[in-house]
Amino acid sequence: MFTASCPEVDSGKRLGVSMAMVFFSGELQRFTGEESCSVVAPNYRELLAELYEKHPGLKDSEIAQMAIAIDGEIVHEPLLEEIPDGAELHFFHFIAGG
Amino acid sequence: MSELKQYNFIGQRTIRPDGYDKVTGKANYAADLALPGMIWGKILRSPHAHAKILKLDTSRAEAMPGVMSVATFADFPSVSNEAIQSGEGAVDSLDLGRNILARDKVLYHGHAIAAVAAKTEAIAEQALALIDVDYEVLAPVLDVREAMKAEAPLLHEDMFTQGYPESPEKPSNIAARHEFKMGDVEAGFAEADVIVEREFATPTVHQGYIEPHACTVNYNTDGQSMVWCSTQGHFDVRASTAKLLAMPLGNLKVVASEIGGGFGGKTTVYLEPVALILSRKSGRPVKMTMSRDEVFRASGPGSAARLTVKVGGTKDGTITAMKASIAYEAGAFKGSPAMVGGMTAFTPYDCPNVYCETFDVVVNKPKVAAYRAPGAPQAEFGAEMAVSELADKLGIDPVEIRLKNAAKEGTQTIYGPKLKSVGLVECLEAAKNSPHYKTELKEGEGRGIASGFWFNIGGQSSVTINMNPDGTGTIVEGSPDIGGSRASMQMMASEELGIPLNDLKPVIGDTESIPYNQTTGGSRTTFATGMAVIEAAQDVVRQLKERAASLWNVTAEQVEWRDGSAVNTAGEGQMTCAEICAKCEKTGGQISGTGNVNARGAGPSFAVHVCDTKVDKETGKVDVIRYTAIQDAGKAIHPSYVEGQFQGGAAQGIGWALNEEYVYSNEGVMENAGFLDYRIPLASDLPMIDTIIVEVPNNFHPYGVRGVGESGIIPPLAAVGYSVGDAIGANVTELPCSPPRVLKLIQEKG
Repeated sequence: MFTASCPEVDSGKRLGVSMAMVFFSGELQRFTGEESCSVVAPNYRELLAELYEKHPGLKDSEIAQMAIAIDGEIVHEPLLEEIPDGAELHFFHFIAGG
Repeated sequence: MSELKQYNFIGQRTIRPDGYDKVTGKANYAADLALPGMIWGKILRSPHAHAKILKLDTSRAEAMPGVMSVATFADFPSVSNEAIQSGEGAVDSLDLGRNILARDKVLYHGHAIAAVAAKTEAIAEQALALIDVDYEVLAPVLDVREAMKAEAPLLHEDMFTQGYPESPEKPSNIAARHEFKMGDVEAGFAEADVIVEREFATPTVHQGYIEPHACTVNYNTDGQSMVWCSTQGHFDVRASTAKLLAMPLGNLKVVASEIGGGFGGKTTVYLEPVALILSRKSGRPVKMTMSRDEVFRASGPGSAARLTVKVGGTKDGTITAMKASIAYEAGAFKGSPAMVGGMTAFTPYDCPNVYCETFDVVVNKPKVAAYRAPGAPQAEFGAEMAVSELADKLGIDPVEIRLKNAAKEGTQTIYGPKLKSVGLVECLEAAKNSPHYKTELKEGEGRGIASGFWFNIGGQSSVTINMNPDGTGTIVEGSPDIGGSRASMQMMASEELGIPLNDLKPVIGDTESIPYNQTTGGSRTTFATGMAVIEAAQDVVRQLKERAASLWNVTAEQVEWRDGSAVNTAGEGQMTCAEICAKCEKTGGQISGTGNVNARGAGPSFAVHVCDTKVDKETGKVDVIRYTAIQDAGKAIHPSYVEGQFQGGAAQGIGWALNEEYVYSNEGVMENAGFLDYRIPLASDLPMIDTIIVEVPNNFHPYGVRGVGESGIIPPLAAVGYSVGDAIGANVTELPCSPPRVLKLIQEKG
């Protein structure tokens, strides 16, 4: 179950580091084995690097091609995104439409 | 952005800039361009739904007098499995190539095999008959459930299902499986007092655009090739065509003609690369047009779907769990919007326990294309039917159960993020308070209510506003106008610049006139291209202020822009836009503003529809007698166009629910490939679609805009379906509610 409050993130805030919480979809949980994890990453590039380090299996997933929601705001091309302290992050497949 | 802000142009019902040409027949559509020396291209199509091509010999056709060139798959320089961006996201370029010219197999009746270009259409048609093809006919598979069986005929021997924890050892027609879950769905069902579980089916349907696919092309060895075509995304036509023909993007100019409907169906290519091969080989411009028959048999329809839906709730109306298994037909090549079905099915509900499993399945039908909110109507049909039945069984009003469980700001979605501000509750309240809902039904009538959710997207848009010496200007945008967006762009630019609408002319630039724009789709244009227009207009205002400042010998900070004029706050003086533009030659040259955005923060749009029907119990014919479409527009830039989108979506959804379906023979031949037998609703079939615009602003857009182009097609399937069931006292589980199907339900009920 996704959770709104996260003790690890709150702890990161107290330590003054940029800590965010990543929630994995059912598809990504196959590669992570967990529903969520905390990351210390000020931007998207470092976020992805840390996720690969924590969960090497993610390199076989499509996570690098996915869109990301940062505190609910959907970003389709996140390469240059900064990750706010305490943010909730969700990866999901790019949506287009008709 | 402020809800209370007063606008000069936004929210007005202005005259559309493209209207006169369209109603007087002066607008130029895809088939309207003729070039000197132009020849005609025609396509040979498969008579079988599934067959191996054992031999393909075009020599007799090539030798026919008047034939100028012939094209087959072998003419593609080198096609690999690279991804190309198109309207529906990334597509496999090899699949795209094989769809528009078959390689070693034909995978649906009507699949293109070869093309001929000749001096006349008649010669080209005759030459097609001289192409020799030997087939090994294979058994077709035409239904998604049949295609999923282990013993089903395989379309692609090398396709293995993606998405299972363990890699499968055998190939399958299931291209991909996705799973979405949150909470504990079984625990949720254990809490429920009432559970509804049903299987639903929706048919293959076509977008029904009036203008068939068409193009005129001219291949040029000097790097100035040109494609003129009807498309929702000329930049993606360029990308797909250039990829298949191994051309640099800069060597190909694509011009988007006026478009006679798209609805998602014109977000890919069928003719353009083939025509360019024919032009390259003949050295002549080539025109190709599809007949209506070809449009039905060989362009992408919307997916047929089969789904199992289970919902549970407690006596007080709280929905405790929602679950679905969703299988969509992709047609001949992978890539149905099944996954989107899983992401959207239950999103109108704030339910903690949700599970969806989706399957993308190939069958021997044309490769599907996007169709307005692609993937959402089918899945949300099942979900909404089940919720209405749950309300019925719990004895709760169908609007009240939706209000009690409605998604709102902060609701966790199954696809990831929590929702920002959305207007579903406001739409439901508007439905409840509408004159329609307050009117009691008469004997024999039925009513259905349904909600709909669509994400909406942003993305890349580029706009240039070129000012003229007399103070008028041209808005050059790169989003083909399929729903009135030129009017919206004109209004937003006028709002920012403060000059009259008619002083600004909106045009769709070709791929050489403006930087890349994503395809018009995903309800993105008024939102994203609108943001680019606003940015470009603000750039023009900045320059106008600078020019005025230089004329007054003050700083730009000392100049304010008020109602279309520069005001000198450091002294006296005021200059209109026209006066400043007239002096541009003295202040540094002409003024041009640019806006290049990759827009984020698109706000989802929820819709709620109410439908009343009456059924002829002797024939099974259904009449829609009253219909109301309610939707959150964020901020309606042009209310008439917004209402038109609501009404258009409703009309298409009603057609999907009542009449439309591809009918196939056992051999896989479509038997109703024309508008006489594939019955889309006519104006005389429908009542006036009443509309209510709800405006809950999207805080990520300067004016609060949400896209409105897609959500409106989602609710009609269940609103009509439940209404029909209500009228005849039976459970509708399969669409369309055509007379034979409804009559069968009546007879079964006794």
